[in-house]
Amino acid sequence: MNVVTPFEGIGASVKRKEDLRFLSGRGQYTDDINRPGQTYAAILRSPHAHGRITSIDTAAAAAMPGVVAIFTGADMPDLGGIPCGWQIHNKDGTPMAEPMHPVLAVGKVRFVGDAVAAVIAETRAQAKDAAEAIQVEYEVLPAVATLEAALAPGASLVHDDVAGNICYDWHIGDKAVNEAAFIKAAKVVEFDLVNNRLVPNAMEPRAAIGDYDPTTEDYTLYTTSQNPHVIRLLMGAFVLHLPEHKLRVVAPDVGGGFGSKIFHYAEEAIVTWAAGRVKRPVKWTAERTESFITDAHGRDHVTKARLAMDADGKFLALHVRTLANMGAYLSTFATSVPTYLYATLLSGVYATPTVYAEVKAVFTNTVPVDAYRGAGRPEATFLLERLVDVAAAETGMDRVEIRRRNFIPADAFPYQTPVALQYDSGDYQATLDQALEAAGWAGFEARRAEAKARGRLRGIGISTYVEACGIAPSAVVGSLGARAGLYEVGTIRVHPTGSVTVLTGTHSHGQGHETTFAQLVTDRLGVPLAQVDVVHGDTAKIPFGMGTYGSRSLAVGGSAMVKAMDKIVAKARRIAAHLMEASVEDVEFDRGTFRVAGTDKTRSWAEIALTAYVPHNYPIEELEPGLDETAFYDPKNFTYPGGCHICEVEIEPETGITTVVNFTAVDDVGRVINPMIVEGQVQGGVAQGIGQALLESCVYDSEGQLVSASFMDYQMPRANDLPMVSVATHTTLCTHNPLGVKGCGEVGAIGSPPAVINAVVDALKEYGVRHIEMPATAAKIWGIINASRPAMAAE
Amino acid sequence: MYDFEYHKPGSLADAVKLLSADPDARPISGGQTLLPALKHRLNKPTSVVDLSGIAELRGIKREGNKLVIGALAKHVEVATSPEVKAAIPALAQMAGTIGDTQVRNRGTIGGSVANNDPAADYPSAVLGLNATIVTDKRRIAADDFFQGMFTTALEPGELLVAIEFPIPEKAGYAKMRNPASRYVMAGAFVAKTGGAVRVAINGAGPGVFRQADMEKALTANWSPDAVAGVTQPADGLNGDIHGSAEYRAHLVTVMAKRAIAAAG
Ligand SMILES: Cc1cc2nc3c(=O)[nH]c(=O)nc-3n(C[C@H](O)[C@H](O)[C@H](O)COP(=O)(O)OP(=O)(O)OC[C@H]3O[C@@H](n4cnc5c(N)ncnc54)[C@H](O)[C@@H]3O)c2cc1C
Repeated sequence: MNVVTPFEGIGASVKRKEDLRFLSGRGQYTDDINRPGQTYAAILRSPHAHGRITSIDTAAAAAMPGVVAIFTGADMPDLGGIPCGWQIHNKDGTPMAEPMHPVLAVGKVRFVGDAVAAVIAETRAQAKDAAEAIQVEYEVLPAVATLEAALAPGASLVHDDVAGNICYDWHIGDKAVNEAAFIKAAKVVEFDLVNNRLVPNAMEPRAAIGDYDPTTEDYTLYTTSQNPHVIRLLMGAFVLHLPEHKLRVVAPDVGGGFGSKIFHYAEEAIVTWAAGRVKRPVKWTAERTESFITDAHGRDHVTKARLAMDADGKFLALHVRTLANMGAYLSTFATSVPTYLYATLLSGVYATPTVYAEVKAVFTNTVPVDAYRGAGRPEATFLLERLVDVAAAETGMDRVEIRRRNFIPADAFPYQTPVALQYDSGDYQATLDQALEAAGWAGFEARRAEAKARGRLRGIGISTYVEACGIAPSAVVGSLGARAGLYEVGTIRVHPTGSVTVLTGTHSHGQGHETTFAQLVTDRLGVPLAQVDVVHGDTAKIPFGMGTYGSRSLAVGGSAMVKAMDKIVAKARRIAAHLMEASVEDVEFDRGTFRVAGTDKTRSWAEIALTAYVPHNYPIEELEPGLDETAFYDPKNFTYPGGCHICEVEIEPETGITTVVNFTAVDDVGRVINPMIVEGQVQGGVAQGIGQALLESCVYDSEGQLVSASFMDYQMPRANDLPMVSVATHTTLCTHNPLGVKGCGEVGAIGSPPAVINAVVDALKEYGVRHIEMPATAAKIWGIINASRPAMAAE
Repeated sequence: MYDFEYHKPGSLADAVKLLSADPDARPISGGQTLLPALKHRLNKPTSVVDLSGIAELRGIKREGNKLVIGALAKHVEVATSPEVKAAIPALAQMAGTIGDTQVRNRGTIGGSVANNDPAADYPSAVLGLNATIVTDKRRIAADDFFQGMFTTALEPGELLVAIEFPIPEKAGYAKMRNPASRYVMAGAFVAKTGGAVRVAINGAGPGVFRQADMEKALTANWSPDAVAGVTQPADGLNGDIHGSAEYRAHLVTVMAKRAIAAAG
């Protein structure tokens, strides 16, 4: 018994356990939950990007039908601000500016969408009706909607006490060494670029329900979160001042996050606090427009870079200066994204001896900006991989050759970069070779010529990248300003009949953890997949956890589970040894069977599990009954996935429309647990990367109104915008976690944008294009073609 | 959505009575434009008069050298109707590209033409084919019907009943979609009917309009090349985050060429 057939362990593409629930409409999302006596919250939001609130009159609104209560910032004097989880220090050692982010606006509003008042009513419609009846007078102030506007001399101040709108002015690397290297350079390539702002647009809008039991004084928050324990800590300790044991946070099924559901949002605090005030449950569900103007946006960098090379095209030094938009307030991890998740990756896959990066984070009157799929690493990759292409063009080198010449060699690991990280493993030549082969790189010119005969401009682009996942260890990130640990927690609960419940502090919002994590258990303990369930998303069930972001769940959470399984197996072997009257050292365990080495004496998994809970014949003096173990795992290092993406596009010159005709991804994500799930994760990431590169345009006008605040104007990638993405993996194992895994959630979004833009620039090469900013829309491309048409005609 | 009263009259006369009794009542057909507006609280009608039960507004039929399409004909019905496909294939093809499957299963030709969204498809076919709009009160020539962005000759309470399309010798339609909304960024409907050429441009301007220079060029020479050299002035065209007026002007010529090629 317990023989696992068909194979369901590590490496098997088993179908996702969660999909029957999701695909048949039986998921339980936050908005599906209804509590007895529930009320509804509507949030009145600022229509102005910047203004002083001169008065709020809620009297008429309060008298409207169904209104239970109306709250404004003035009703919450004792609440803390929404906290920022990472303190960055300026070049001069002083801490960053960290202005108060009130739950409901006090005194000033700072972006269109800033929460001004909360109406609690019997129905959603009544809450909205009353919100419209609140009279707010604003003294409208000039808004700074862009980095440029915020940094202009005499610019309006988003926070009156933050001079120059600068949150921090930070740097990393050795400036003197860097400057010296530039002096020796044979060639310096200078390059400016923008990393465009994105709206995350998870399919499920954010929602939150606050519930309060006046008899026990217990609070429960149901919320669309990627990390319920983190929300409990941030909201309980910093905002509402509720002790952890009185606050339960449940993140049930969550329909996509992409980072935007990591952060603690004001609405979570509002419904929880309000539930305590009105002594009834309070539900809030974002409408799509609200999502556009309140979910933390992503990216938004403006960068100037200089690359020094020697006469052979070897990189000598890189100097990067980046302006990063923080939006109006500091969202939970906003400050870490353009620093420790961006600048530390600026060595990329290259053995550049010195990198010096300076980052200024800037407040603007826009939606807060924070981590979005890839968080910092797509920005670093886009910069490097465009810069390398520009360097190749300007030195006449081949795009592949310049990369090969500068790669960190496969035998150089562990490799210490000049920007703090130490890569443990990788093989960039191998992923490059495999991708070139799969994409048919060598045969491209024939395809270009064939396209030209059809009147199309065809181009090919490459990107070779490394990224960093599973941010850790706690001690290191703590020394860099993180206000949380970055370990993970796993519990393996073996039941008396041998089936297993896994409790994990990570959270699944589409990634398939219920399957992948169960496969780890199946592989190690030999318990069939159907007998393993994974539980996540409830602080009342799971001991603790840091949640899911930065592709950490398997590398960190999976490793915690492995450690817990080690404890389980160790204990189970002692029970087996007792039953078989052997010494523990002689008991072997292999996928469900305990055997005395070299004999045919065996005990099954189920027998041991039962004995643990029915300890009639049991070494009770030395061993506690039960088979239930928890482990906390704090990694020694980040993990470093990497690889090569190749994109091929065709442009129709008459309209400027770009079609992605081929996309090849070869990623090194470490050991692959479920190839099908990895493929899906990479495809999804590439879809978002193509979205960023070609389609998604987040536009503010000079008054700070979000012009692209609906799907009528913001172009999410659709199925017909995307090619079939060819996904393959090439594995080098992570050397420091027990599974050898690296992470696959973000590689698609990190590697792909520069591959796409490099392809577009290549397609347009006869027009002398050096760079095109993302998104490379049809209108933009036609503009380039049209502008150079007279010149070409004149030739 | 604000509260409103809901009526579902069984006859055109009853619908007209309800609408003329209350200036803040609104007719609804497929609801694919009105419902989103209501949900966004952009519209606050006192009552909504559902036209879907009125038999007089239904049907697609050929009458001599005309095709008569009832206001309630859904996009999917126009796209798949054997009569339309036989008489004006370009119109069926256009209907099949409006929005997505859900929209085509609900949205109606009457609703679309009465709404006159500058980025909508049908208005260019109505204008390009020199159709006649039949209302509960009168008949209106297409040239008089469209009066700029979301504005038509319909009077308050007046209902679009049917559209009569003369059957052309040749007709073709081409459009570039707005990348985000998938409505029309620039489109051209070209037709030759009884020897007369019309070119109607949608998407590019604040309302559907006829392109006289192209009509002249095509009258002389019905071929894509004839319009390739005709420049649409950018003046007065739409410019927004999706593309400048110059880009749209350029697309007008490209789409006109393609429409003629499609018409054959
Ligand atoms: C996602 C989406 C995508 C779309 N894409 C496109 C597209 O690509 N191209 C395109 O052209 N359209 C598009 N549309 C609009 C769609 O075609 C609508 O169906 C159409 O514009 C309106 O038709 P309706 O029957 O739904 O009208 P309704 O929404 O019911 O009504 C529209 C307006 O017309 C009035 N009205 C309705 N019927 C009559 C009548 N008989 N007489 C007088 N007034 C009347 C109503 O009062 C209202 O003001 C899209 C819509 C959606 C939701």
